[in-house]
Amino acid sequence: MTAQGRIVWVSGPAVRADGMSDAKMYETVTVGNSKLVGEVIRLTGDVAFIQVYESTSGLKPGEPVIGTGNPLSVLLGPGIIGQLYDGIQRPLRELSKASGSFIGRGITTTAVDMTKKYHFVPTISNGDEVAAGNIIGTVQETDLIEDSIMVPPTHAGGKISNLVSEGDYDLETVLATTEKDGQSIELKMYHKWPVRKPRPYNKRHDPIVPLLTGQRVIDTFFPIAKGGTGSIPGAFGTGKTVTLHQIAKWADSQVVVYIGCGERGNEMTEVLVEFPHLKDPRSGKPLMDRTVLVANTSNMPVAAREASIYTGVTIAEYYRDMGKDVVLVADSTSRWAESLREMSGRLEEMPAEEGYPSYLASRLAEFYERAGRVRAAGSPDRDGSVTLIGAVSPSGGDFTEPVTTHTMRFIKTFWALDAKLAYSRHYPSINWMNSYSGYLADIAKWWSENISEDWFNIRSETYGILQREDTLKEIVRLLGPEALPDEEKLILEVARMVKIALLQQNSFDDVDTYCSPEKQFKLMKLLVDFYKKGQQALKEGTALSDIRELGIVSSLLKARMDVKDDEMPKLEQLDKDMQEQFKSISGVKVSN
Amino acid sequence: MTVEGGVQYSKIAEIKGPLVVVDDVESAAFDELVEIETTEGEKRLGKVLEVGNGKAIVQVFEGTTGLSISGTKAKFVGKVMEMPVSKEVLGRVFDGLGRPKDGLPDPIADKFVDINGEPMNPEQREYPKDFIQTGVSVIDGLMTLVRGQKLPIFSGSGMSHNLLAAQIARQASVVGKQDDFAVVFAAIGVQYSEAEYFRRSLEESGALKRSVLFLNTADDPAIERIITPRVALTVAEYLAFELGMHVLVVITDMTNYAEALREISAAREEVPGRKGYPGYLYTDLSTLYERAGKLNGKKGSVTQVPILSMPSDDITHPIPDLTGYITEGQIVVGRDLFRQGVYPPINILMSLSRLMKDGIGEGSTREDHSEVSNQVYDAYSRAQEVRALAGIVGKAGLTEIDLKYMDVGDTFEKEFLTQATDENRTIEETLALMWKIVSKLPKNEITKIKDKYVEKYYKEE
Repeated sequence: MTAQGRIVWVSGPAVRADGMSDAKMYETVTVGNSKLVGEVIRLTGDVAFIQVYESTSGLKPGEPVIGTGNPLSVLLGPGIIGQLYDGIQRPLRELSKASGSFIGRGITTTAVDMTKKYHFVPTISNGDEVAAGNIIGTVQETDLIEDSIMVPPTHAGGKISNLVSEGDYDLETVLATTEKDGQSIELKMYHKWPVRKPRPYNKRHDPIVPLLTGQRVIDTFFPIAKGGTGSIPGAFGTGKTVTLHQIAKWADSQVVVYIGCGERGNEMTEVLVEFPHLKDPRSGKPLMDRTVLVANTSNMPVAAREASIYTGVTIAEYYRDMGKDVVLVADSTSRWAESLREMSGRLEEMPAEEGYPSYLASRLAEFYERAGRVRAAGSPDRDGSVTLIGAVSPSGGDFTEPVTTHTMRFIKTFWALDAKLAYSRHYPSINWMNSYSGYLADIAKWWSENISEDWFNIRSETYGILQREDTLKEIVRLLGPEALPDEEKLILEVARMVKIALLQQNSFDDVDTYCSPEKQFKLMKLLVDFYKKGQQALKEGTALSDIRELGIVSSLLKARMDVKDDEMPKLEQLDKDMQEQFKSISGVKVSN
Repeated sequence: MTVEGGVQYSKIAEIKGPLVVVDDVESAAFDELVEIETTEGEKRLGKVLEVGNGKAIVQVFEGTTGLSISGTKAKFVGKVMEMPVSKEVLGRVFDGLGRPKDGLPDPIADKFVDINGEPMNPEQREYPKDFIQTGVSVIDGLMTLVRGQKLPIFSGSGMSHNLLAAQIARQASVVGKQDDFAVVFAAIGVQYSEAEYFRRSLEESGALKRSVLFLNTADDPAIERIITPRVALTVAEYLAFELGMHVLVVITDMTNYAEALREISAAREEVPGRKGYPGYLYTDLSTLYERAGKLNGKKGSVTQVPILSMPSDDITHPIPDLTGYITEGQIVVGRDLFRQGVYPPINILMSLSRLMKDGIGEGSTREDHSEVSNQVYDAYSRAQEVRALAGIVGKAGLTEIDLKYMDVGDTFEKEFLTQATDENRTIEETLALMWKIVSKLPKNEITKIKDKYVEKYYKEE
């Protein structure tokens, strides 16, 4: 029995309808004569409070509201990768076919092309017993992505019959049926899943493998693990979006879900234009072949912005269940929180801090808890992960505002963007004193096994130099640099080099945009060696100015752009040059 | 704008601030246009903010002064507010609601367009990357404007933002033909003299016949200001996407717009966000700023240069703050430089153009543009640090290299930044000046430019 009511009140995205006693909480409904999509968010008597995912301009009391009987769900199946969806999984390309350059209303489309044929290879046989989550076969979704076709998570299981043989089928083809207790259920290439409900898994693993992003300040200093959570807060102009784009481009995951939640339209266009031309550094295939975009730009209806986060994370979990590593980037969770605030205000709920609803913290916690590295449900055994990275746009760049402070409670890696660094064009403007990573100890093992046993120590030494500089800077500010002894001036000099050669990274430079872990380590090691040699030289009486003027200084500063990832011998050569140049100035005594 | 048809109601339940609550309403739609008629027969426009349970809350653009509970009539027009558009709007002056203000009749409409517009489909946007030469060195060299960008000017009271905006509008030459270029100017609550300055400046440069002006001056109704940018942008979109023109939209002052919005929010007793501004200020602003852009398969473009004055020069105030999160960069006018008499007094360190990277380089400006601009930013930032240090330890406490940076800072401000209001520099001149600044540094300080460009362009004096 679906609900059929009438609109009694309209204000912006909020609509009240009566005659809705059959409606369920979070059921999707069609609103008005133009059949706008909405969702029930409160029930009082027979009055339903509905948030509408499309513009309500022109909507009148008296128009019908009809329930669908289903909660807001996404379609999960081949064809998702490479798409640009709106907040409720409508492909924007299909919308433009219906309404041109601007987004019209009341358009219904399917999330993927149901008639496209994929080559299905069964991995089970008739008569096999299957359970929820079991893989029954594979299809090649894109050049990069092989999909596992799974028995839906809520399926009762049973014995397989009518399994099709290997061949090309579209999404609506029945691939097999299951029989259990006299009931037969059809299995297709796709199934639907309600977005607000986390998909089940077998068990959780500890996040111990780093998610490599090719960004030095992230991978080396403030790493995030696969299945981990991270947050990147910053005032406008500090480079949040560029950093998130960099992660989406270069992270070593199989699937990337990029959610543009209440942000600029052109930023989504940029991804759409750029990603098909960029090559994945590992496979050499276009990055678009592993990317899904969910776009609800700032001027699109605010309620769909709230849904976009859930749409994105559900798609991410679907690929995780196939045993893939997925990165989800949400830009920006503050805009999502604002959409909560707006709906809360229209519901006339009692506000907590800065007008945000009191359940802001629990909603954030629920969202970030959907991250994790897990053993998927069903057989065969497979591990997948969802890494969640959320941008935060604190008002006035103030990190004490509610969205930032609550987010910090639920994430483990914190990349604090700093307006001062951005003003001096130090990009990425991640402040090395205020940022932190809770995964450092867990992933050190990976670096030690795969890159160098020295990694943890060298990293600590480099970070130590930066910490020393931070305290010395205070003295310089008061007394000028000449007040420091040469040993400390050397620290300032090396810290400057660390900032330029390591922390800064030019995402628009063809070479510097991605840095392999080997190169990251080697660059860092060279700088630490330079520091040690400099200390030694000072002890032996060499003038600091002679050290500063060594040719190697400028070579080290430019190495990040000059040396490609496959040219590691060039760094060995720099090492040799450094040794020789220090030798050449040893014994040159201070003249005065 | 003429209003025909519609359903009339005369039971007014409440009048407060800019709002009129109409009772016993049987048929009204959200966002519907309403014509309010006073007892004297004066007609005002408004729109429905909330409707239901027999009540409609109407926001009256021209204010509620003189309205009474008895005798006031509200006519629900049956459509949302629309702006008549055609090529004939070029060269015309309208008021803040889009009605002729130049004594001429309504332009003959080609069509009527909903002033709220619809969101551009991100999939249908064309990524903006065509360089606009404004002839202002600091903008062209360090915060390049591209067609379809929204790049606001953050200023403070009394500073020279209007001079700058007018200079940009006059000089923003489009490579190729001039006749497909248009200026749409929206004055929101500014003084008459400021609006007049802009009009005259367009007239003197001969650009007035390719311009459309919407004027809501300080003495015009405050609530009208909600509409002014919307009618202006509706016309801009029409010129750009239907007639294929490259439209530069200058809106001043967005702070007055946000204040009008706050006034309505307060009258509706909504839960406020920061500083009393409504929680939806971000979303509301984005429905204006996001109307800039280019579209696939369409020739024209809408470029926005909104101006806003930061209350107490505070960039963290909600209006500049939320604007900065939506726009593609910002041009920040600095009080210190303004006091020193520098024009244009742009604080480059706080300024930024996000779309610059795609609008410059080989093929559009020059191969070395990106790197030399990074180096200039870096050098000027170092110069500021050195200046601060010199303030404490004195010049004598500075190293030789520090002194070179001081020199860089001075050259930057005197020769590169400073420019006459009628001085139109080519991009080549601008780049030459940038290399002049960089060449004041020894080569080993140049860390952001590839050696091949240093060899080609570095000129030691």
